[in-house]
Amino acid sequence: MSVAMDDNDGIRLTEEQKRRRRARSVAIAVVLGVLVVLFYVVTIVKLGPGVLNRPM
Amino acid sequence: MTDVSSIDGRYDADVRAGVAEPTTGDFVALLKPRVMSLVVFTALVGMAAAPGHMHPVLAATALLCIAIGAGASGALNMWYDADIDAVMTRTAKRPIPAGRMPADTAFAFGIALSVGSVLTLGLLVDPVAAGLLAFTIGFYVVVYTMWLKRRTPQNIVIGGAAGALPPVIGWAAVTGSVTIEPLVLFLIIFLWTPPHFWALALIKSDDYARAGVPMLPVVAGAAATRRQIVLYSLVLAPVAVLPALMGFAGPLYGAAAVGLGLPFVGLAFAIWAAGDAATLRRACGRLFGFSLLYLFLLFAALLAERMLSVAPFPALFAATGGLGAA
Repeated sequence: MSVAMDDNDGIRLTEEQKRRRRARSVAIAVVLGVLVVLFYVVTIVKLGPGVLNRPM
Repeated sequence: MTDVSSIDGRYDADVRAGVAEPTTGDFVALLKPRVMSLVVFTALVGMAAAPGHMHPVLAATALLCIAIGAGASGALNMWYDADIDAVMTRTAKRPIPAGRMPADTAFAFGIALSVGSVLTLGLLVDPVAAGLLAFTIGFYVVVYTMWLKRRTPQNIVIGGAAGALPPVIGWAAVTGSVTIEPLVLFLIIFLWTPPHFWALALIKSDDYARAGVPMLPVVAGAAATRRQIVLYSLVLAPVAVLPALMGFAGPLYGAAAVGLGLPFVGLAFAIWAAGDAATLRRACGRLFGFSLLYLFLLFAALLAERMLSVAPFPALFAATGGLGAA
Protein backbone atom coordinates (compact mmCIF):
# COMPACT_ATOMS: atom_id res chain seq x y z
CA MET A 1 0.00 0.00 0.00
CA SER A 2 1.40 3.38 -0.86
CA VAL A 3 0.08 6.73 0.26
CA ALA A 4 0.46 9.89 -1.76
CA MET A 5 1.63 12.69 0.54
CA ASP A 6 1.20 16.32 -0.25
CA ASP A 7 2.28 19.28 1.87
CA ASN A 8 -1.03 21.03 1.31
CA ASP A 9 -3.47 18.14 1.29
CA GLY A 10 -2.01 15.89 3.98
CA ILE A 11 -2.65 12.18 3.59
CA ARG A 12 -4.42 11.21 0.41
CA LEU A 13 -5.84 7.69 0.26
CA THR A 14 -5.27 5.52 -2.77
CA GLU A 15 -8.24 4.12 -4.68
CA GLU A 16 -7.67 0.73 -3.05
CA GLN A 17 -7.70 2.29 0.42
CA LYS A 18 -10.91 4.18 -0.42
CA ARG A 19 -12.48 0.95 -1.67
CA ARG A 20 -11.57 -0.84 1.57
CA ARG A 21 -12.96 2.01 3.65
CA ARG A 22 -16.25 1.88 1.71
CA ALA A 23 -16.45 -1.88 2.17
CA ARG A 24 -15.99 -1.49 5.93
CA SER A 25 -18.66 1.21 6.06
CA VAL A 26 -21.09 -1.08 4.25
CA ALA A 27 -20.23 -3.94 6.64
CA ILE A 28 -20.92 -1.70 9.67
CA ALA A 29 -24.24 -0.60 8.15
CA VAL A 30 -25.24 -4.23 7.56
CA VAL A 31 -24.34 -5.19 11.14
CA LEU A 32 -26.36 -2.29 12.56
CA GLY A 33 -29.32 -3.24 10.35
CA VAL A 34 -29.11 -6.86 11.50
CA LEU A 35 -29.06 -5.70 15.14
CA VAL A 36 -32.20 -3.60 14.63
CA VAL A 37 -34.01 -6.52 13.01
CA LEU A 38 -32.77 -8.91 15.72
CA PHE A 39 -34.03 -6.75 18.58
CA TYR A 40 -37.36 -6.25 16.79
CA VAL A 41 -37.90 -9.96 16.10
CA VAL A 42 -36.86 -11.04 19.61
CA THR A 43 -39.20 -8.42 21.10
CA ILE A 44 -42.11 -9.82 19.07
CA VAL A 45 -41.15 -13.39 20.03
CA LYS A 46 -41.00 -12.50 23.73
CA LEU A 47 -44.29 -10.65 23.64
CA GLY A 48 -45.88 -13.61 21.87
CA PRO A 49 -49.54 -13.56 20.79
CA GLY A 50 -50.27 -11.06 23.57
CA VAL A 51 -49.00 -8.28 21.31
CA LEU A 52 -52.27 -8.47 19.35
CA ASN A 53 -54.47 -8.76 22.40
CA ARG A 54 -54.44 -5.38 24.09
CA PRO A 55 -57.11 -2.79 24.96
CA MET A 56 -57.58 -0.27 22.15
CA MET B 1 -0.47 -2.41 25.32
CA THR B 2 1.84 -4.48 23.18
CA ASP B 3 4.21 -2.32 21.16
CA VAL B 4 4.10 -3.96 17.78
CA SER B 5 5.98 -1.14 16.08
CA SER B 6 9.18 -2.71 17.32
CA ILE B 7 8.72 -5.95 15.45
CA ASP B 8 11.58 -6.15 12.97
CA GLY B 9 10.13 -3.67 10.55
CA ARG B 10 7.12 -5.94 9.90
CA TYR B 11 4.85 -3.11 10.87
CA ASP B 12 4.83 -1.22 7.62
CA ALA B 13 4.79 2.47 6.86
CA ASP B 14 1.06 2.62 6.31
CA VAL B 15 0.38 1.36 9.81
CA ARG B 16 2.87 3.77 11.40
CA ALA B 17 1.27 6.61 9.44
CA GLY B 18 -2.11 5.52 10.77
CA VAL B 19 -3.61 5.01 7.32
CA ALA B 20 -3.62 1.21 7.05
CA GLU B 21 -6.99 0.26 5.62
CA PRO B 22 -7.76 -3.29 6.76
CA THR B 23 -10.25 -5.24 4.68
CA THR B 24 -13.43 -6.74 6.09
CA GLY B 25 -11.64 -10.08 5.67
CA ASP B 26 -8.98 -8.91 8.13
CA PHE B 27 -11.68 -8.22 10.70
CA VAL B 28 -13.15 -11.67 10.10
CA ALA B 29 -9.67 -13.17 10.59
CA LEU B 30 -9.45 -11.43 14.00
CA LEU B 31 -12.47 -13.47 15.09
CA LYS B 32 -10.57 -16.77 14.63
CA PRO B 33 -13.42 -18.37 12.66
CA ARG B 34 -12.18 -21.96 13.09
CA VAL B 35 -12.05 -21.66 16.87
CA MET B 36 -15.40 -19.90 16.74
CA SER B 37 -16.98 -22.81 14.84
CA LEU B 38 -16.00 -25.28 17.60
CA VAL B 39 -17.27 -22.87 20.26
CA VAL B 40 -20.62 -22.49 18.49
CA PHE B 41 -20.94 -26.23 18.06
CA THR B 42 -20.23 -27.10 21.69
CA ALA B 43 -22.56 -24.30 22.86
CA LEU B 44 -25.27 -25.68 20.58
CA VAL B 45 -24.84 -29.12 22.14
CA GLY B 46 -25.05 -27.56 25.61
CA MET B 47 -28.35 -25.96 24.59
CA ALA B 48 -29.68 -29.17 23.05
CA ALA B 49 -28.71 -31.25 26.09
CA ALA B 50 -30.40 -28.85 28.51
CA PRO B 51 -33.88 -29.72 29.76
CA GLY B 52 -36.70 -27.46 28.61
CA HIS B 53 -37.66 -25.69 25.43
CA MET B 54 -36.29 -22.57 23.85
CA HIS B 55 -37.81 -20.59 21.00
CA PRO B 56 -35.65 -21.09 17.88
CA VAL B 57 -35.20 -17.33 17.46
CA LEU B 58 -33.89 -17.01 21.02
CA ALA B 59 -31.66 -20.06 20.54
CA ALA B 60 -30.20 -18.56 17.36
CA THR B 61 -29.69 -15.24 19.15
CA ALA B 62 -27.87 -16.97 22.01
CA LEU B 63 -25.61 -18.82 19.58
CA LEU B 64 -24.89 -15.60 17.68
CA CYS B 65 -23.91 -13.81 20.90
CA ILE B 66 -21.71 -16.71 22.02
CA ALA B 67 -20.04 -16.77 18.59
CA ILE B 68 -19.42 -13.01 18.62
CA GLY B 69 -18.15 -13.18 22.21
CA ALA B 70 -15.70 -15.94 21.21
CA GLY B 71 -14.63 -13.86 18.23
CA ALA B 72 -14.10 -10.84 20.47
CA SER B 73 -11.80 -12.93 22.69
CA GLY B 74 -9.83 -13.89 19.60
CA ALA B 75 -9.50 -10.26 18.51
CA LEU B 76 -8.29 -9.14 21.94
CA ASN B 77 -5.88 -12.09 22.04
CA MET B 78 -4.43 -11.04 18.67
CA TRP B 79 -4.17 -7.44 19.87
CA TYR B 80 -2.18 -8.39 22.96
CA ASP B 81 -0.10 -11.14 21.34
CA ALA B 82 0.86 -9.30 18.14
CA ASP B 83 4.53 -9.23 19.18
CA ILE B 84 4.83 -13.00 19.66
CA ASP B 85 2.52 -13.76 16.73
CA ALA B 86 5.04 -11.96 14.51
CA VAL B 87 7.84 -14.39 15.31
CA MET B 88 5.85 -17.63 14.96
CA THR B 89 5.36 -19.04 11.47
CA ARG B 90 1.83 -20.25 12.30
CA THR B 91 0.64 -16.77 13.28
CA ALA B 92 2.91 -14.30 11.43
CA LYS B 93 0.31 -13.69 8.72
CA ARG B 94 -2.37 -12.50 11.14
CA PRO B 95 -3.63 -8.97 10.37
CA ILE B 96 -1.63 -7.06 13.02
CA PRO B 97 1.83 -8.70 12.71
CA ALA B 98 1.45 -8.72 8.92
CA GLY B 99 1.01 -4.92 9.07
CA ARG B 100 -2.49 -4.85 7.61
CA MET B 101 -4.19 -3.49 10.72
CA PRO B 102 -3.19 -1.09 13.53
CA ALA B 103 -3.24 -2.81 16.93
CA ASP B 104 -5.56 -0.11 18.32
CA THR B 105 -8.17 -0.97 15.72
CA ALA B 106 -8.15 -4.63 16.78
CA PHE B 107 -8.43 -3.59 20.43
CA ALA B 108 -11.42 -1.31 19.78
CA PHE B 109 -13.05 -4.02 17.64
CA GLY B 110 -12.57 -6.65 20.35
CA ILE B 111 -13.90 -4.44 23.15
CA ALA B 112 -16.93 -3.35 21.10
CA LEU B 113 -17.82 -6.95 20.25
CA SER B 114 -17.27 -8.12 23.84
CA VAL B 115 -19.58 -5.49 25.31
CA GLY B 116 -22.10 -5.86 22.50
CA SER B 117 -22.31 -9.66 22.69
CA VAL B 118 -22.64 -9.76 26.50
CA LEU B 119 -25.26 -7.00 26.65
CA THR B 120 -27.27 -8.50 23.81
CA LEU B 121 -27.21 -11.97 25.38
CA GLY B 122 -28.24 -10.51 28.73
CA LEU B 123 -31.01 -8.32 27.37
CA LEU B 124 -32.49 -10.73 24.87
CA VAL B 125 -31.84 -14.20 26.28
CA ASP B 126 -30.63 -14.72 29.84
CA PRO B 127 -28.54 -12.76 32.36
CA VAL B 128 -26.83 -15.87 33.82
CA ALA B 129 -25.66 -16.89 30.34
CA ALA B 130 -24.49 -13.31 29.71
CA GLY B 131 -22.53 -13.31 32.97
CA LEU B 132 -20.86 -16.57 31.98
CA LEU B 133 -20.02 -15.17 28.55
CA ALA B 134 -18.45 -12.09 30.16
CA PHE B 135 -16.48 -14.32 32.52
CA THR B 136 -15.30 -16.47 29.60
CA ILE B 137 -14.09 -13.48 27.59
CA GLY B 138 -12.38 -11.96 30.64
CA PHE B 139 -10.78 -15.26 31.58
CA TYR B 140 -9.43 -15.88 28.07
CA VAL B 141 -8.09 -12.36 27.59
CA VAL B 142 -6.87 -11.41 31.07
CA VAL B 143 -6.11 -14.71 32.83
CA TYR B 144 -4.88 -16.74 29.84
CA THR B 145 -3.53 -14.23 27.30
CA MET B 146 -2.16 -11.52 29.55
CA TRP B 147 -1.20 -13.47 32.64
CA LEU B 148 -0.57 -17.20 32.10
CA LYS B 149 0.48 -17.60 28.48
CA ARG B 150 3.93 -16.04 28.85
CA ARG B 151 4.56 -17.14 32.43
CA THR B 152 3.80 -20.81 33.00
CA PRO B 153 3.76 -24.12 31.11
CA GLN B 154 0.34 -24.69 32.70
CA ASN B 155 -0.97 -21.83 30.50
CA ILE B 156 -3.19 -23.93 28.28
CA VAL B 157 -4.30 -26.19 31.15
CA ILE B 158 -5.80 -23.34 33.18
CA GLY B 159 -6.59 -21.18 30.16
CA GLY B 160 -8.44 -24.15 28.68
CA ALA B 161 -11.28 -23.36 31.07
CA ALA B 162 -12.30 -20.51 28.76
CA GLY B 163 -12.61 -22.84 25.78
CA ALA B 164 -14.53 -25.35 27.89
CA LEU B 165 -17.26 -22.95 29.02
CA PRO B 166 -19.41 -22.59 25.85
CA PRO B 167 -21.60 -25.68 26.57
CA VAL B 168 -22.19 -24.27 30.07
CA ILE B 169 -23.24 -20.93 28.54
CA GLY B 170 -25.54 -22.77 26.13
CA TRP B 171 -27.10 -24.75 28.98
CA ALA B 172 -27.58 -21.56 31.03
CA ALA B 173 -29.20 -19.82 28.06
CA VAL B 174 -31.94 -22.48 28.11
CA THR B 175 -32.36 -23.09 31.83
CA GLY B 176 -31.12 -19.87 33.42
CA SER B 177 -28.96 -21.95 35.76
CA VAL B 178 -25.81 -24.08 35.93
CA THR B 179 -26.11 -27.65 37.14
CA ILE B 180 -23.69 -30.57 37.31
CA GLU B 181 -24.49 -31.86 33.79
CA PRO B 182 -23.02 -28.90 31.83
CA LEU B 183 -20.06 -28.93 34.22
CA VAL B 184 -19.33 -32.50 33.09
CA LEU B 185 -19.34 -31.27 29.47
CA PHE B 186 -17.01 -28.49 30.65
CA LEU B 187 -14.73 -31.07 32.25
CA ILE B 188 -14.54 -33.11 29.04
CA ILE B 189 -13.32 -30.13 27.00
CA PHE B 190 -11.08 -29.00 29.85
CA LEU B 191 -9.31 -32.39 29.94
CA TRP B 192 -9.24 -32.61 26.15
CA THR B 193 -7.41 -29.28 25.75
CA PRO B 194 -3.93 -30.19 27.11
CA PRO B 195 -3.29 -33.30 24.98
CA HIS B 196 -4.71 -31.46 21.96
CA PHE B 197 -2.44 -28.42 22.33
CA TRP B 198 0.62 -30.25 23.60
CA ALA B 199 0.55 -32.51 20.52
CA LEU B 200 0.73 -29.33 18.45
CA ALA B 201 3.32 -27.76 20.78
CA LEU B 202 5.62 -30.79 20.38
CA ILE B 203 5.61 -30.17 16.62
CA LYS B 204 5.94 -26.39 16.92
CA SER B 205 8.19 -26.20 20.00
CA ASP B 206 10.88 -24.26 18.07
CA ASP B 207 8.30 -21.62 17.20
CA TYR B 208 7.17 -21.29 20.81
CA ALA B 209 10.77 -21.20 22.06
CA ARG B 210 11.65 -18.41 19.63
CA ALA B 211 8.60 -16.44 20.77
CA GLY B 212 9.47 -17.01 24.44
CA VAL B 213 6.18 -18.79 25.18
CA PRO B 214 6.84 -21.35 27.94
CA MET B 215 4.87 -24.22 26.48
CA LEU B 216 5.44 -27.54 28.26
CA PRO B 217 7.80 -29.03 25.60
CA VAL B 218 9.92 -25.86 25.73
CA VAL B 219 10.17 -25.75 29.53
CA ALA B 220 9.94 -29.38 30.65
CA GLY B 221 11.10 -31.12 27.48
CA ALA B 222 9.51 -33.58 25.08
CA ALA B 223 9.64 -36.59 27.42
CA ALA B 224 7.67 -34.88 30.20
CA THR B 225 5.15 -33.56 27.66
CA ARG B 226 4.65 -37.05 26.22
CA ARG B 227 3.96 -38.43 29.71
CA GLN B 228 1.49 -35.64 30.42
CA ILE B 229 -0.34 -36.28 27.14
CA VAL B 230 -0.79 -39.94 28.12
CA LEU B 231 -1.94 -39.05 31.65
CA TYR B 232 -4.53 -36.51 30.49
CA SER B 233 -5.79 -38.95 27.84
CA LEU B 234 -6.18 -41.68 30.47
CA VAL B 235 -8.30 -39.33 32.57
CA LEU B 236 -10.23 -37.88 29.62
CA ALA B 237 -11.42 -41.20 28.16
CA PRO B 238 -13.39 -42.37 31.26
CA VAL B 239 -14.63 -38.86 32.12
CA ALA B 240 -16.09 -38.64 28.62
CA VAL B 241 -18.32 -41.63 29.46
CA LEU B 242 -19.80 -39.83 32.51
CA PRO B 243 -22.76 -38.22 30.66
CA ALA B 244 -24.03 -41.72 29.85
CA LEU B 245 -23.48 -42.98 33.41
CA MET B 246 -25.15 -39.90 34.88
CA GLY B 247 -28.28 -40.38 32.82
CA PHE B 248 -28.19 -37.41 30.49
CA ALA B 249 -26.82 -39.28 27.49
CA GLY B 250 -27.85 -42.55 25.88
CA PRO B 251 -26.37 -45.57 24.09
CA LEU B 252 -25.23 -43.67 20.99
CA TYR B 253 -23.21 -41.25 23.09
CA GLY B 254 -21.92 -44.03 25.36
CA ALA B 255 -20.72 -46.02 22.35
CA ALA B 256 -19.09 -42.92 20.85
CA ALA B 257 -17.33 -42.07 24.12
CA VAL B 258 -15.87 -45.58 24.41
CA GLY B 259 -15.24 -46.05 20.69
CA LEU B 260 -13.45 -42.71 20.34
CA GLY B 261 -11.74 -42.76 23.74
CA LEU B 262 -9.82 -45.97 23.06
CA PRO B 263 -8.08 -44.73 19.87
CA PHE B 264 -7.44 -41.38 21.60
CA VAL B 265 -5.54 -43.16 24.37
CA GLY B 266 -3.85 -45.37 21.76
CA LEU B 267 -2.60 -42.34 19.81
CA ALA B 268 -1.38 -40.75 23.06
CA PHE B 269 0.62 -43.92 23.82
CA ALA B 270 2.00 -43.81 20.25
CA ILE B 271 3.43 -40.37 21.06
CA TRP B 272 4.86 -41.70 24.31
CA ALA B 273 6.47 -44.68 22.55
CA ALA B 274 7.72 -42.83 19.46
CA GLY B 275 11.42 -43.58 18.99
CA ASP B 276 12.84 -41.01 16.58
CA ALA B 277 11.91 -37.41 15.80
CA ALA B 278 10.11 -38.22 12.55
CA THR B 279 7.95 -40.88 14.22
CA LEU B 280 7.16 -38.51 17.09
CA ARG B 281 6.19 -35.76 14.65
CA ARG B 282 3.86 -38.12 12.79
CA ALA B 283 2.32 -39.39 16.03
CA CYS B 284 1.74 -35.82 17.27
CA GLY B 285 0.14 -34.87 13.95
CA ARG B 286 -2.18 -37.88 14.22
CA LEU B 287 -3.29 -37.13 17.77
CA PHE B 288 -3.77 -33.43 17.00
CA GLY B 289 -5.97 -34.24 13.99
CA PHE B 290 -7.85 -37.02 15.76
CA SER B 291 -8.47 -34.88 18.84
CA LEU B 292 -10.44 -32.40 16.75
CA LEU B 293 -12.49 -35.23 15.28
CA TYR B 294 -12.89 -36.77 18.75
CA LEU B 295 -14.45 -33.70 20.32
CA PHE B 296 -16.65 -33.04 17.32
CA LEU B 297 -17.99 -36.62 17.10
CA LEU B 298 -18.47 -36.91 20.86
CA PHE B 299 -20.62 -33.80 21.01
CA ALA B 300 -22.30 -34.66 17.71
CA ALA B 301 -23.41 -37.97 19.27
CA LEU B 302 -25.05 -36.10 22.15
CA LEU B 303 -26.70 -33.71 19.71
CA ALA B 304 -27.91 -36.58 17.52
CA GLU B 305 -29.47 -38.32 20.53
CA ARG B 306 -31.40 -35.17 21.42
CA MET B 307 -32.55 -34.65 17.84
CA LEU B 308 -33.59 -38.29 17.46
CA SER B 309 -35.10 -38.30 20.97
CA VAL B 310 -32.98 -41.26 22.04
CA ALA B 311 -33.74 -41.98 25.70
CA PRO B 312 -30.77 -41.55 28.03
CA PHE B 313 -29.45 -44.43 30.11
CA PRO B 314 -30.91 -44.70 33.61
CA ALA B 315 -28.58 -42.72 35.86
CA LEU B 316 -26.10 -44.73 37.90
CA PHE B 317 -25.72 -41.66 40.06
CA ALA B 318 -28.04 -38.70 39.80
CA ALA B 319 -27.19 -35.02 39.64
CA THR B 320 -29.32 -32.68 41.66
CA GLY B 321 -29.39 -28.99 42.44
CA GLY B 322 -27.27 -26.38 40.77
CA LEU B 323 -25.92 -22.89 40.79
CA GLY B 324 -28.62 -20.36 40.15
CA ALA B 325 -31.34 -23.00 39.96
CA ALA B 326 -34.68 -21.63 41.04
